[in-house]
Amino acid sequence: MFKKGLFILVMLMFTASAFAGQGKNSIQIKGSDTMVNLGQAWAEKDMEKNPGEFIAVTGGGSGTGFSSLISGTCDIAMSSRNIKEKEIGLANKKSVNPNEIKVALDGLAVVVNPGNAVDRLTLGQLAGIFTGRISNWKEVGGKDKKIVVLSREVNSGTHVYFKEHVLRKNDPDSKEEFLPSALMLSSSQAIADEVAGNSAAIGYYGMGYVSKKQKAIFIAKDEKSEYEAPTIENVVSGKYPISRPLLLYTNGAPQGLVKKFVDFVLSKEGQDIVLATDFVPIKK
Amino acid sequence: MRKFKEFIIEKLILICGIASIFFVVLIFLFLLKEGLSVFNTVSPFKFLSGRSWYPISEPPQLGILPLILGSLLVTLGAAIISIPIGVGCAVYIAEVAPLKIKEILKASIELLAAIPSVVLGFIGMVTLVPMVKNIFHLPTGLTALSGSIMLAFMAMPTIVSIAEDALYSVPKTYREGALALGATHWQTIWRVMLPAASSGILAAVMLGIGRVIGETMAVMMITGNAAVIPNSILVPVRTLTATIAAEMGEAVVGSEHYFALFAVGIVLFIISFIINITADLCLHKKQ
Repeated sequence: MFKKGLFILVMLMFTASAFAGQGKNSIQIKGSDTMVNLGQAWAEKDMEKNPGEFIAVTGGGSGTGFSSLISGTCDIAMSSRNIKEKEIGLANKKSVNPNEIKVALDGLAVVVNPGNAVDRLTLGQLAGIFTGRISNWKEVGGKDKKIVVLSREVNSGTHVYFKEHVLRKNDPDSKEEFLPSALMLSSSQAIADEVAGNSAAIGYYGMGYVSKKQKAIFIAKDEKSEYEAPTIENVVSGKYPISRPLLLYTNGAPQGLVKKFVDFVLSKEGQDIVLATDFVPIKK
Repeated sequence: MRKFKEFIIEKLILICGIASIFFVVLIFLFLLKEGLSVFNTVSPFKFLSGRSWYPISEPPQLGILPLILGSLLVTLGAAIISIPIGVGCAVYIAEVAPLKIKEILKASIELLAAIPSVVLGFIGMVTLVPMVKNIFHLPTGLTALSGSIMLAFMAMPTIVSIAEDALYSVPKTYREGALALGATHWQTIWRVMLPAASSGILAAVMLGIGRVIGETMAVMMITGNAAVIPNSILVPVRTLTATIAAEMGEAVVGSEHYFALFAVGIVLFIISFIINITADLCLHKKQ
């Protein structure tokens, strides 16, 4: 009998400590994989300045962030795409009121292996490659090699953005899809690794992830336009054709700790961190 | 008082016994409730035989034939690799190995079982995948074969330990009788021990396969996840489990996509149910 009592006591202590972790001085941030590094950098700086506060940042994809915000398991959702009508409806049903805050810009880099001879493509060629109409590198000026197309999983805001803006060219009636044999990888890092080791691969992700092991392609709107590199200047000036806003969503207008964090993100210091993690600040 | 205590304990144990059945039934009912709703929008036949999986398009295309074939191909590959090695290892441990080696082998196989699948997947991604790519001159190493090899590692501990148990439970007299009749060691193993333990070994194999088909993390990391119908083992595939894991976070609760993922869960449940029943039948035949 005594042992059972002890067991229950221990269980109670566990539950109690689990709840204690979610006190008033912690924030949960979840969502876009593209923004994880950025969110982490913000969180670290903010925690450094305010000891005693705790900010947890996890990835999973923009959609994951929204479902967590709706189900109440996070305070801030990071997203690399706008919230969908469907998701707003669902949120309202649970009396959650998504509130959008634009915090940075991101250029989507299209990357290939540095050994690949191709270094410039038009948006039309990109759409051809990612839908499968162009299947060999020689069709776009490279070697006679089959193109290995890499994409993010469907829970990724980057996947959705790329499909809507590159494959479907912003046309809501378009039925274009990624070719079925595109490899679906579960993180930007996985795409970076595969591109680094595979001379026939092509992939896309936020320009913050480009390193020396990948080569970012210069992209033009059409054949007559200039080919532009995914650099911070080109994204700010709007010359680079594939860029998007990075967003935070809160439940209603931010309050308390969440407001403090959002204010920090939008402050000069927060925007400097944006620059330091290779994204583009919205405020100069 | 003592009788009362006895009574309470008996009932408590009874509840524990029933609980597991109760949970399985609950899970299955929940799966059915959520999964069957998808058939309001797509017919079961089209769902199972459709060739394209574009769940987030409007309207969504929900055909899971490539996913089923992907899962089966990876599992078949893993079975072909792990069964001979696993059974061979069990025979060595049970019949041939000296005591010291036996202890070391058993301990290390248990250790193999303890490696988390995400770690195996990660190791596979950085070592096996480039190797497969270079050996077969493929455009990419993220293929069904890489998944099969990695999963074979995961199935092996199950196969070895259960097959070894089966070999142990063969009555000693069988072996002694065979040896006394002048059979060599190998003849005894091949003609007497293995047939006598066959049902247990079959059960070991089925349980190993059951583990493979339900595995998620490692396959998601190294099979490439392209939803195409595979025409060889050297192409990327997308499995049922990886699909659920990768897409569940995004699926809007109550959408067709969400229901479709539960229906994929039902298919997976039925497949592992069949495998487990087969394993069970094999074990019971023995007794």
